[in-house]
Amino acid sequence: MSASQVERLDLREQFDTPEQQKEASTLGMWIFLVTEVMFFGGAFAAYIVYRSFYTESFGHASNTLDVRIGAFNTAVLIVSSLTMVLAVHAAQIGARKLIVLFLLLTILFGGVFLGIKAYEWHHKWEQGLVPGPGFHLPGEPMQGQAQLFFSLYFAMTGLHALHMVVGVGILSVLAVQAYMGRFSPAYYSPVDIAGLYWHFVDIIWIFLFPLLYLINRHS
Amino acid sequence: MTDNLYFFMVAVTIFFSFSIFLAILIFAIKYRRRSPDEVPPQFHGPPALELAWTLGPLVIVMIMFAWGAHVYFAVSTPPENALQIYGVGKQWMWKLQHMEGQREINELHIPVGVPVKVTLTSEDVIHSFFVPDFRTKSDVLPGRYTTVWFEATKPGRYHLFCAEYCGTRHSGMTGWIYAMEPHDYQAWLSGGASEGSMAAGGQKLFQDLGCASCHLPDGRGRAPSLVGVFGSAVKLANGSTVKADEAYIRESILQPNTKIAAGFQPIMPTFQGLVTEEGVTQLIEYVRSLGQPQAAAPGAAASTETKAPPAARPQPDAK
Amino acid sequence: MITTATQERTHYLNAGYGLKSWLLTKDHKRIGLLYLFTITLFFALGGVFATLIRLELLTPPGDLVSSDTYNKLFTMHGIIMIFFFLVPSIPATMGNFFIPMMIGARDMAFPKLNLLSWYLLVVGGLFSIYAMVAGGVDTGWTFYTPFSSSYSNTYVVATAVGIFVAGFSSILTGLNFIVTIHTMRAPGMRWMRMPLFVWSHYATALIMVLGTPVLAITILLVGAERLFHIGIFDPAFGGDPILFQHLFWFYSHPAVYIMILPGFGVISEVVSTFSRSRVFGYGFVAFASLAIAILGFLVWGHHMFVSGQSAYAGLVFSFLSFFVAIPSAVKVFNWTATMYKGSVSYATPMLYAFGFIGLFTVGGLTGLFLAAMGLDIHVHDTYFVVAHFHYIMVGGAVMAYMGALHYWWPKMTGRLYPEGWAKLSALLVFVGFNVTFLPQFVVGYLGMPRRYHVYPDEFQVLHVLSTAGASILAVGYVLPLIYFIWSVRHGPVAGANPWHATGLEWKTPSPPPVHNFEQTPIVRHEAYDYAALFQEESENVR
Repeated sequence: MSASQVERLDLREQFDTPEQQKEASTLGMWIFLVTEVMFFGGAFAAYIVYRSFYTESFGHASNTLDVRIGAFNTAVLIVSSLTMVLAVHAAQIGARKLIVLFLLLTILFGGVFLGIKAYEWHHKWEQGLVPGPGFHLPGEPMQGQAQLFFSLYFAMTGLHALHMVVGVGILSVLAVQAYMGRFSPAYYSPVDIAGLYWHFVDIIWIFLFPLLYLINRHS
Repeated sequence: MTDNLYFFMVAVTIFFSFSIFLAILIFAIKYRRRSPDEVPPQFHGPPALELAWTLGPLVIVMIMFAWGAHVYFAVSTPPENALQIYGVGKQWMWKLQHMEGQREINELHIPVGVPVKVTLTSEDVIHSFFVPDFRTKSDVLPGRYTTVWFEATKPGRYHLFCAEYCGTRHSGMTGWIYAMEPHDYQAWLSGGASEGSMAAGGQKLFQDLGCASCHLPDGRGRAPSLVGVFGSAVKLANGSTVKADEAYIRESILQPNTKIAAGFQPIMPTFQGLVTEEGVTQLIEYVRSLGQPQAAAPGAAASTETKAPPAARPQPDAK
Repeated sequence: MITTATQERTHYLNAGYGLKSWLLTKDHKRIGLLYLFTITLFFALGGVFATLIRLELLTPPGDLVSSDTYNKLFTMHGIIMIFFFLVPSIPATMGNFFIPMMIGARDMAFPKLNLLSWYLLVVGGLFSIYAMVAGGVDTGWTFYTPFSSSYSNTYVVATAVGIFVAGFSSILTGLNFIVTIHTMRAPGMRWMRMPLFVWSHYATALIMVLGTPVLAITILLVGAERLFHIGIFDPAFGGDPILFQHLFWFYSHPAVYIMILPGFGVISEVVSTFSRSRVFGYGFVAFASLAIAILGFLVWGHHMFVSGQSAYAGLVFSFLSFFVAIPSAVKVFNWTATMYKGSVSYATPMLYAFGFIGLFTVGGLTGLFLAAMGLDIHVHDTYFVVAHFHYIMVGGAVMAYMGALHYWWPKMTGRLYPEGWAKLSALLVFVGFNVTFLPQFVVGYLGMPRRYHVYPDEFQVLHVLSTAGASILAVGYVLPLIYFIWSVRHGPVAGANPWHATGLEWKTPSPPPVHNFEQTPIVRHEAYDYAALFQEESENVR
């Protein structure tokens, strides 16, 4: 099978050229990420509004989060973005084994992040900080407002984690495809646009971390 | 006032709709197709025309905006000397109370020629207090106060509607506003069994709920004296100041630790669930009756003063 | 499907048979027809609810249905008509079918995603229908908290899931449109040569992509609030119901433009084709669509002038709302001017376009009443609002949709509809619509609130008039259903270009082949160049 035939197989019938196909899929992913920004934007807006209403309670509730764990998780995600970049680079130069390696590393770091996140949630559960009838934050006069903080905390970190799980799923499929030699320097846009998605999910966390963990640290 | 703006806008609407209909009709007849393969001359429209019909409407809508905003502020700003009424909306009725203590359900009696201000809150979902004949309306929200005001000019009976959908019997949450000549209104006020003024009811609650044991009038209690607080600027523990209006007093009763007065400890328990919305309005009225900022001294005797007619109680600003 | 001796040629309809060839199709034209079939069902369902509402309102007391049933009827009428008919209507059917053809492409950029969008709409619709069959939902289509989150005892969550899923259908459709328009244009199809239908869909797609995700997160939070009582919109825990309204209208006001902008595109095509003249002020009309899409995101607060929002926020929203009037007015003037010195034909699509321009003008101008803050205090949440948005959505969007169906029917099926019947139905729709909704402006200004099951006696005359009009309107909508179905087998065979229209879609045979074009067309003229078209046609004859 010659190189041009490989290209043909990967060119869907509605497109004229591989360039057009690549442009379409990249633009498609960017627009999808814009919709994601708006999606998280709604939750961010709600959080910022309530935080400005209930500065003290939110500050108090925020201080119960463990900054060290949050910071470590941020570092883990940043490293996973690095390995993702390296995976895309490997795809560009057609290094099959390196693509698989870096994709697996990215999945590993993503998994570490999710594991730590699950530990944090579990800890909050044990502390009685999960919104619901049993919610109680010791020393907080306004339980309702503190609960509001944790409602938004779980909603936002939960949605973020869901996006991570989807990302890990996508990368797993790509790793298998890469292992089977599906990608070449002429055709690697799935790795490319999955990378865009992964970086985006990282960036959401880069906003979540200061908003939820750091914003009231001085008091 | 609302009607003048309305008729102006109706005129604009009719003028433009009619012009467009007419233009379509004239063009459709004058330039009708005369043969199946007719090709009319093709041309580009002059940009000056585009500019004209961009800027023309712009001027008209800016007039509408300014006029609309002017009416809005007139309709939504109650005069200082307005007669105060408290109202609570709940599924599916309006509960209204006069300062003198008369309670009404789905009815409100008011004198003509006197501005009336209704301060409203909701016990459950969002409602909306709508009196079409007075051209006014305000949503009624749980957890906060909104106001509407109006002044009836003719005696009569006027519709009161709930305009914000609120559940099963939304369309049954209606009532009547009876506008009466002032002397008829006074007669109505004095007739019927009154349970005492709102402020008196508030004073009773103030005792029953145990507020009086901390909020001592001489200021030596564990909580600040409430004499002369209403309408004043209260210094808070975090350094800021807040105006002691209805919303602040309500919040201090239901969420006491949100805004702590300077020099006091956050020890007051919440009264959420212990006092009804109507009770809260009575307490507010009691605090208001404890005197305005200037007349702070004889506050302890305030409860006897509350029998005075409402119009005689102006509410000067703290400044 | 359509098979006659004269049509041996393979086209998209006879390229495959059987349910599977439809349910697994990636052809944008077949997907367009799947949508057409689906939303027609939803339109009928929403229409049944509307009929029951109008019958109940014949008399002031609530004697036909109970209050709870009435509340469910108007809620489900709104949800079905907005999320499952109007939002997908023109974009998902006509947009899907014709955008690739108009720009000279073989298909959408993402055909599988396109099919997925249709499935999402169907799944979302099934959730909503489940909620209705199970017992209905009574929150109003606006889902205001805390009623929807804490007080309603109906199937709010199932309905919310339905709207959430259908929202993703809308998002993916918008994404597909944007990418297709950016990357799939034929050689020579420059931006300023695109038909205005494509421009208006580009603007629509922007709103779908930017607005719908906010609705999605809002619905998610309402659902979470309702299921777990975590306080996000519940004042008892410090939540703010006004925040819900802000988030909701941030989508739902621009959503009005999702419904009306595609209609603008249709009217531009139809008015130009049946006047045989270039759309007057092409560039202004094209950019007016974008201006509306952008301004549309800045005006949501005008739904909340009496909600307890700050007066100064209201002032800003009122000011910006008036600016939306400008590009809308520019469009109306340009369409009217397009007929000037043209060659005007009275074919059915053109009759719908006449109706659209007139009714949209009334709808748009009455919108200004609601943007004027002082006046809105009085008319907010009355029948005046009901009348206004039906002028936009039925008088505007549905009229345009009907016009589009008649205009492109020959291309989609290869058959012409019966012209006489079609003209009659266009007339019935126009008359019936006005008799239904004009009285509602009056009854609204007199003070009749929205969503009232029982109403005071003095409003009865106007309500009876409105119900009478609705009966005429219903006949006007049932007629096309009959004659369109009839025409699929028995209508006169249409040629490739029965209207002598200029778009690339008319350069293909009717019905079009599977991949639309034998070879990728090369575009040499600006849009709506009738002189070039007729010269080309006469050369082909010679």
